[in-house]
Amino acid sequence: MIFKRKQKVVENLAEANENAIFNKETEGLSQGQIVFRRFVRHKAAMISVFVLFSLIMIVFTSSGVKIGPFTIPGWWQYKFDQLLDLRTEGCPPGVVGCPTLDMVPSFIDGTGMGLGMHPFGQDDIGHDYLSMVMRGAQRSIYVMVVIGFLGGSIGIVVGSISGYFRGWVDALLMRLTDFVITIPTIIIGSVVGYHFGNLGVGFLAFYLGIFAWTGLSRLVRGEFLKLREMEFVDAARVAGASNRRIIFKHILPNAVGIIIVSITLLMSGAILLETALSYLGFGVVAPDVSLGSLISQFQDSFTIRPWLFWWPGLFIITIALSINFIGDGLRDAFDPRQRRRLGKKEKAASRDQAKIAAASN
Amino acid sequence: MKPLLKVSGLTKHFPSKNHNFFGKREFVHAVDDVSFEIATGETLGLVGESGCGKSTTGRLITKLIPATSGNIEFSGQDITNMKLNEFRNLRPQIQMIFQDPYASLNPRHTVGTIIATPLKIHGKKYGIDVKKQVQELLEIVGLNPEHYNRYPHEFSGGQRQRIGIARALALKPKLIIADEPVSALDVSIQAQILNLLQSLQTEFNLSFIFIAHDLAVVRHFSKRVAVMYAGNIVEVSDHVNLYANPKHPYTKALMSAVPSADPDAVGARERIRLSGDIPSPISPPSGCRFRTRCWKTQDVCTTKPPLIQIGKSLVACHFPEA
Repeated sequence: MIFKRKQKVVENLAEANENAIFNKETEGLSQGQIVFRRFVRHKAAMISVFVLFSLIMIVFTSSGVKIGPFTIPGWWQYKFDQLLDLRTEGCPPGVVGCPTLDMVPSFIDGTGMGLGMHPFGQDDIGHDYLSMVMRGAQRSIYVMVVIGFLGGSIGIVVGSISGYFRGWVDALLMRLTDFVITIPTIIIGSVVGYHFGNLGVGFLAFYLGIFAWTGLSRLVRGEFLKLREMEFVDAARVAGASNRRIIFKHILPNAVGIIIVSITLLMSGAILLETALSYLGFGVVAPDVSLGSLISQFQDSFTIRPWLFWWPGLFIITIALSINFIGDGLRDAFDPRQRRRLGKKEKAASRDQAKIAAASN
Repeated sequence: MKPLLKVSGLTKHFPSKNHNFFGKREFVHAVDDVSFEIATGETLGLVGESGCGKSTTGRLITKLIPATSGNIEFSGQDITNMKLNEFRNLRPQIQMIFQDPYASLNPRHTVGTIIATPLKIHGKKYGIDVKKQVQELLEIVGLNPEHYNRYPHEFSGGQRQRIGIARALALKPKLIIADEPVSALDVSIQAQILNLLQSLQTEFNLSFIFIAHDLAVVRHFSKRVAVMYAGNIVEVSDHVNLYANPKHPYTKALMSAVPSADPDAVGARERIRLSGDIPSPISPPSGCRFRTRCWKTQDVCTTKPPLIQIGKSLVACHFPEA
C-alpha cells in the first residue's frame, strides 16, 4: 500500500519533470522557430528533405544548361534524344541494351563496381536510358510543382472565401466548383492535344493545375465552415479583429493540416495525371519524355527488360514518398498539440530526479 | 445616475430554413422586446432555461450578431445600427468571457499571443509594451507570467478560463459580458473563478452581464437578476428579494427547483412542477409567453403584460404573486 503510494508520487514528479523539459525547450521562441524545430526533429521528414533535395540536384544537373552564350555542361555525357549504337555484349541472349551498372563489389564476382557506358541500359533504338530518365524526372518534377502550386493556391483561395463569407458568394463559387468537377479533364485534354499538337510541358502543367483544385477547395471550405463558428473566432471578433486577420491568423493556421496533406496528395497524384495525358498525346510527347511516358511506353517490356520499367518507377515512388513524408512532418510541426517522445535517457533522468525528490521529502 | 448600458425593446429573429404552408419564411423568435439597464460597476445576472435567449442577448450587445430591432445604448451612444468600423472605437469597452474554455482559445496561439491580440489590434496608438502588459495581466488573473510561451492545451479548464478572463481584461473594458463563464468547470474551480471575477470587479469598477443557468452561482455573483423565459424578461429583482419572494409564477416555479442543502427541510418549499414544454420559438404564444404552462392563466393573459414595478421587483405578469 505504502509502496504503491510512493510509486504514484514518483510518477507524478516524473511527469512534472518531463513537462519542465518541454517548457524549457519552447521558452523564449517565436512560433515560427518552434514549428521549425519540431519539423527538424521529425526524422522521416528530414530524411525525405535530404533525399528529395539531392534527387533534384542530381536530376537537374545531369544535362547541361545554356544561359545566353554560355553553356554549363552537365555531368552525364549523352543527351536524351541522342541516337547511339545498341550494345549487345554481356547481355543475355535475345536482349539488347542491358544496363551496365554494376553494384556488386569485385571481391564477390570479380568484375568490379562501376557505371559503365549505359548504367540504366538503352531503349529499343539506342537512346541512353539514364539520360532519358533524368530528362523525364525533370519534366515530371516541373509538372508536379506547377500543379501543386497552381491547384493549391486556387483551391485555398476559393475554399476559404466561400467558407468564410458564405451566402451568395459561397453558392456561386461552389457551383463553379461543381461545374469544373464535371469537366472530364482527360477527354478535353486529349481533344486539345489532337487538334493543336504538342503544346509543351508548360501548357500541360498549367492546364492540369486549373482543373486540379476542386477537391482541395471543398475540403478547405468545409474546414472554414467548421472553424468560423468556434468560440475563439468570436473572441477575435469581440476583440475587434478584421476579416483578414481572422482568416489569416485564426482560421487558416487551424486548417493547415488538412491543406498540407491534400496538397501533397495532389502533387503525388499529378504525376499519374500527367502520365495519362502524355499517353493520349497531349503534353509530353516523343521525343521528349517524362517519367510517366517512359513507364507507359515500356510497360510491355516488363518481362524481358524490366529495368526499362524499374528505373522511372523507382524515381516516381521516391519523389511521391518524399513529398508525402515532408507533408506529414509539416503537419505535425504546425500542430502544437503534438509532443515529441522523450528519449530513453531523458526519461530515465527525469525518473531518477523524481525518485531522489520523493526520497528527500 | 446615467446607466452605462441601456437596452430597450431589443429583438432578434433568426430566419429559419423552413417555410410555412403559404411559402412565407418562418422566424425563430430568439429574443423579443427585452429591456434593461446596467449602471457602472453593477452586475446583472441573466438566468433562464436553455434556449430562452440569454446568450443571444449577450451576443447582440457585443454586436457579434445584428439586432432585428430595438435599441442598445452604451454610455449615451446608440450602437444598435452603428457600422462595424465605427463601433471599433467602442469595442475595447465591451468585452466578453466565453462559456467553453476549451473552444474559446485558439489552439495554434501561445497564451502570450492570445492575450496580446486585442492589444495589438487596439493598443498600437498607445505604444504599450505588449509583452510586459500581457505578463501583468497573467499575474492579475492568478497565472504564472512565465506561462507566456505556453499553448492552451497545456492548461487545465480553470486555468484556461483565467486566460480568457485576462484577454477580456486586456483592453480595460467597462462592461464584460460573461456568457456562462463557469458552467464548464468543476464546482471547486467555479468558486475560484467567481471570486476572481468579483475581486476584479471591485478593482477595476467593471460592469458585468452575467449569463448563467445555475441559480446558486447567479445569486452569489449578481446583485440584480433578470429572469428570462422564451425570449422575454419576466422579472427583474435584487438577488435576495428574487430568491426569497419571487413575484412571477415562472420565477416561483424556477426557484422551487433549486435543490435545498438541508435534507430535513424537504417540504419547506413546495416543488412546483410545470406541465407541458417550452413553447416553440417559431410560433410563440401571443401575450404572456408563459400562459400555456401557467396555473393562473385567464383570458387577459393573451395580451402582453407590461414590465411594472411591484414591491421591489419589476414583473411582467397580470397576476403576480403576493
